[in-house]
Amino acid sequence: MTHRIKTDRRTLLKGAAAGGLLAATPLAHRFASAQSSAPIRIGFQQHSTGIGAAYGRWYGRTTEAAVKMINEAGGINGRPVEIIAEDDGTDPKRGAEVVEKFANQHNCDVAFGTLFSHVVYGSAPAAGEQKIPYFVVSEGHHVASGALNRYTLQPGITDVKSQVQAMAPYVAENLGKKITMIFPDFAFGHDHRDYFTAAIEAQGGEVLEHIAIPPTETSFTKYFPKIPRDTEVVYHVMVGPAVLTFVKELGEFFGPSRPELFGFIDSLEAVDLASPGLEFLEGTYFWEGNPRYAQADQSSHDKLFREKVGVDANGASVSDPKDVSTYAHMFGCWETLHIIKAGMEAAGYQGPDDRAKLIEAVEAMTDMPESDAHPQGPKRFNGKTHQVFGVQYISRVEEGRLNKVHTTSIEDTLYPDEVDYTTMSF
Amino acid sequence: MSPGARSLALHGGLIALLFALGFLLPAYHQGNLARIMVLATYAVGYNVLFGYTGLLSLGHAMFFAAGMYGLGLPMQHLGISALPAFGLGLLSAALLSTLVAFLALRTIGVAFMIVTLMFSQAGFLTILYFGTWTRGDEGFVIAQASRSLAGVDLTQPLARYMAALVLFSVALLLTARMMRAGFGQVLIGVRENEERTRMLGYDVFRHKLAAVIVSGTLSGAAGAAYALLFGYVGATFASVQYSIFPLLWVLLGGAGTTIGPLVGVIFMFYLIDWSSGLTNAYMLVAGLALVLLTLFARAGLMGEVRRRWLPWLP
Amino acid sequence: MDFGPHLLLAVLEGAVGASVLALTALGLSLVFGVMRVVNVAHGEFFMLGAVVAWFVADTLAGHPAVGFVGALLIAPLVAGAVAMAVDRLVLKQVHYDPEATIVGTIGILYILQQTALMTYGPEARPVEPPFSHRIALPWFEWTEEGFEMFYPWGLSITSYKLFVIAAAVLILLTFWAILSRSRYGLLMRATQLDRETALAFGIPVGRVYSLVFGLGAGLAALAAVLIVPIQQAHYLMAGEPLLLSFIVVIIGGLGSVRGTVVAALLIGMSDGIISVFLSPTLSKILATLLVALVLVFRPQGLFGTKAA
Repeated sequence: MTHRIKTDRRTLLKGAAAGGLLAATPLAHRFASAQSSAPIRIGFQQHSTGIGAAYGRWYGRTTEAAVKMINEAGGINGRPVEIIAEDDGTDPKRGAEVVEKFANQHNCDVAFGTLFSHVVYGSAPAAGEQKIPYFVVSEGHHVASGALNRYTLQPGITDVKSQVQAMAPYVAENLGKKITMIFPDFAFGHDHRDYFTAAIEAQGGEVLEHIAIPPTETSFTKYFPKIPRDTEVVYHVMVGPAVLTFVKELGEFFGPSRPELFGFIDSLEAVDLASPGLEFLEGTYFWEGNPRYAQADQSSHDKLFREKVGVDANGASVSDPKDVSTYAHMFGCWETLHIIKAGMEAAGYQGPDDRAKLIEAVEAMTDMPESDAHPQGPKRFNGKTHQVFGVQYISRVEEGRLNKVHTTSIEDTLYPDEVDYTTMSF
Repeated sequence: MSPGARSLALHGGLIALLFALGFLLPAYHQGNLARIMVLATYAVGYNVLFGYTGLLSLGHAMFFAAGMYGLGLPMQHLGISALPAFGLGLLSAALLSTLVAFLALRTIGVAFMIVTLMFSQAGFLTILYFGTWTRGDEGFVIAQASRSLAGVDLTQPLARYMAALVLFSVALLLTARMMRAGFGQVLIGVRENEERTRMLGYDVFRHKLAAVIVSGTLSGAAGAAYALLFGYVGATFASVQYSIFPLLWVLLGGAGTTIGPLVGVIFMFYLIDWSSGLTNAYMLVAGLALVLLTLFARAGLMGEVRRRWLPWLP
Repeated sequence: MDFGPHLLLAVLEGAVGASVLALTALGLSLVFGVMRVVNVAHGEFFMLGAVVAWFVADTLAGHPAVGFVGALLIAPLVAGAVAMAVDRLVLKQVHYDPEATIVGTIGILYILQQTALMTYGPEARPVEPPFSHRIALPWFEWTEEGFEMFYPWGLSITSYKLFVIAAAVLILLTFWAILSRSRYGLLMRATQLDRETALAFGIPVGRVYSLVFGLGAGLAALAAVLIVPIQQAHYLMAGEPLLLSFIVVIIGGLGSVRGTVVAALLIGMSDGIISVFLSPTLSKILATLLVALVLVFRPQGLFGTKAA
């Protein structure tokens, strides 16, 4: 049976405390007079159950590894980091309750970690009302759209609008200009539909057909006949437990002759590419937030990241090669935690009274080069929209592994500001 | 003490206790109780139909959502302020319950359950279909600035708590009064033996219709209040699990008692909150609690209290 | 794709779904019909079957067919055993009271679901089919030269999907034969018809109930084993089969095997066929409303008799 690292509160606390204890003692005297050495409490809103559970597990492992590394290096301002994890069940109602629990019961300094957009929307108002900095790791366009509040930030992972838009030039140039889009018929899918259609049209391409699939669908073959015959590229971004069925049935539908396929790795996060039925993905393309397989030009930062989190060169757990990670998203937790550290140190954070100063410190951040703290690639943070921008990767499936074929620039991913949170009061 | 006076003492006492708790409780529990009271209003609404009239609906989420979106959409897209929007939320829920009542009341028993479930599913899918305005499952946030009523900022913890208390008190007292009056007695009669009630000359259909409308409107009021007080509107609240929750709450707390719904919500909330600190599988604890309840405390917590010790409990 | 081939594809895909649905719903209909109780955890037995199938396939090395056959035998037995335990420990104790059963089975639902989460995990995992070949299907067209056969782009089915349809038909026929011809079937039908009289005749009603509950769960698990090579096993997969089974049972009429099969066909096919014409979400809305309205205007379902 798979060896599972249980990311419950106690395990994380143990890890963090052990790390903190080891690190804090020799350094404590350096800061003892100016600051307390009480731990920095970070509330981790985790999808341990519900539809996001597969991501929640890997977010937990990455968080654990990042905190261990931070504590081994002395913590934040000499204070050890303590993670308090709460399950939100991937439910917006529970998410809001958990944020309040972090603020009022657990006395956390900040909260972080939410992935699913609807949970972010449900929880962000609570963060704004409790005045607790809320660092989401979601990919949703919610933060940058201006719908949320000054306490909610997304500095560790790029958003879907910038990802999708950056794909259009490569697709139009290398794959084809006549696209059929297949996406889930809810907000996440609609974002892809809207942003990509606009972006590809700007490249002189056109979307021949939009196929929106209802969210709870478990069989997909009946939708494929809607794909027009003259389609050059099928753009697909299905998510949820049925994605493997989707990909398999897509392969069965097309048989030996298929158009180009461009998908988002969201479809196959935590899924082994060698799974039966996925053979037809050979030669197709994927957006990857972070290349799952170690590439020929792998940086030392990616190597360190894999080593700390416990992931091998194929993106699977070192203790179980069948346990594939959510590699394209989980780096967001790592980078976010490092930003919390950088922000707290820049603001001279001492306690909850300094929360506003922390946010201002993060808003002042701009360019962040690729480093051990940012292993996915260089980033540029937009303090006004609270959203970070970074490079995006395109990979091709070759002999059962994903090989990076293109890296976009950060400029490819930018779009005009839709909000300026810095003008809002705290 | 006459039944009327006893009922007033009980409910009045409860409301007074909740009022006091608003000032005494630490921030965390005060916030929890505000949420609990809004959800308890939903449960009270459900109790009218299930606990008193004996009709098991699996689609009440559509009424909750009707109130939620009935308030949320005008506030978001038309800039309408809180009070009229709340009225619109109530109206939406009332209209929907009337429509559903006329169709669903032609069925009984399990068929009624399925029909309400189907209508609710259709409602959920419709919210997704009109995603351009509703933002579908992702939902939308109602700006903090617009969530104020008569100059009172409802996002302030104490104001929010008191608003929730007002909502719950109205629902509680309304239900209590209704059940003591003739109308409520007929509903109980319908639950106990519909044929006999009809033979006694009561218009059973009209009573059931009214029960559905009252139940649906109260649920809608809870939905509208939830959106207003907590700032989020989303299709999750129209999904099947939000139809199962009120059933759970009412059964746990005691179907057919006035304060049972509140007890049920409090119990489930803290059971989940407490056991999620122990294990990821806290719903397992909830499941075990339900099974134990089924085996040993069938009438629910307040129902058992009424059965064993306080037979006068309304 | 042209209209004709598109419709054919929708019909074939619908048939696969309908086959599995018929088996799952049959399990529920049996429990409903004989015991007169609503088993809200029925979908979880379906999920249990899928998860056990994965465990069996994962443990038995070798050709996928070995794992598949193993799962076909083991999963229904496991589900049946769990169900019989539930019947003995919970349902019997509450004397099959309808409301208590609903609450109790909701509790069982959560217990089974969370146990799956704790042991199997949150991911969706595939099971390899024992065999699967893509079969391109021909279509006919009337042209100047007469009838012409050609292979439209995308019109295909897999051999495994055809197998699922065939297997489901076989199982349904076997079940119908047992129900109508064998002694066990007689006992079940008698208990369904009139519990008191059956008791008076010395039929061990309690044991029949246990067996029926186990059989109902076993059928759901069997259906899940058939579908899991096409879909994946996931701890939250119970929702849709449960919903659809309920609809099928009510529309088809309580306890009627024929009604269940016809309703399963109708519901399994309608969703897919309507979506040929309309957008998928809209067609799902319409299908859902259609079901509700059938019930509203014909509460006994299509084959049930009006309640006395």
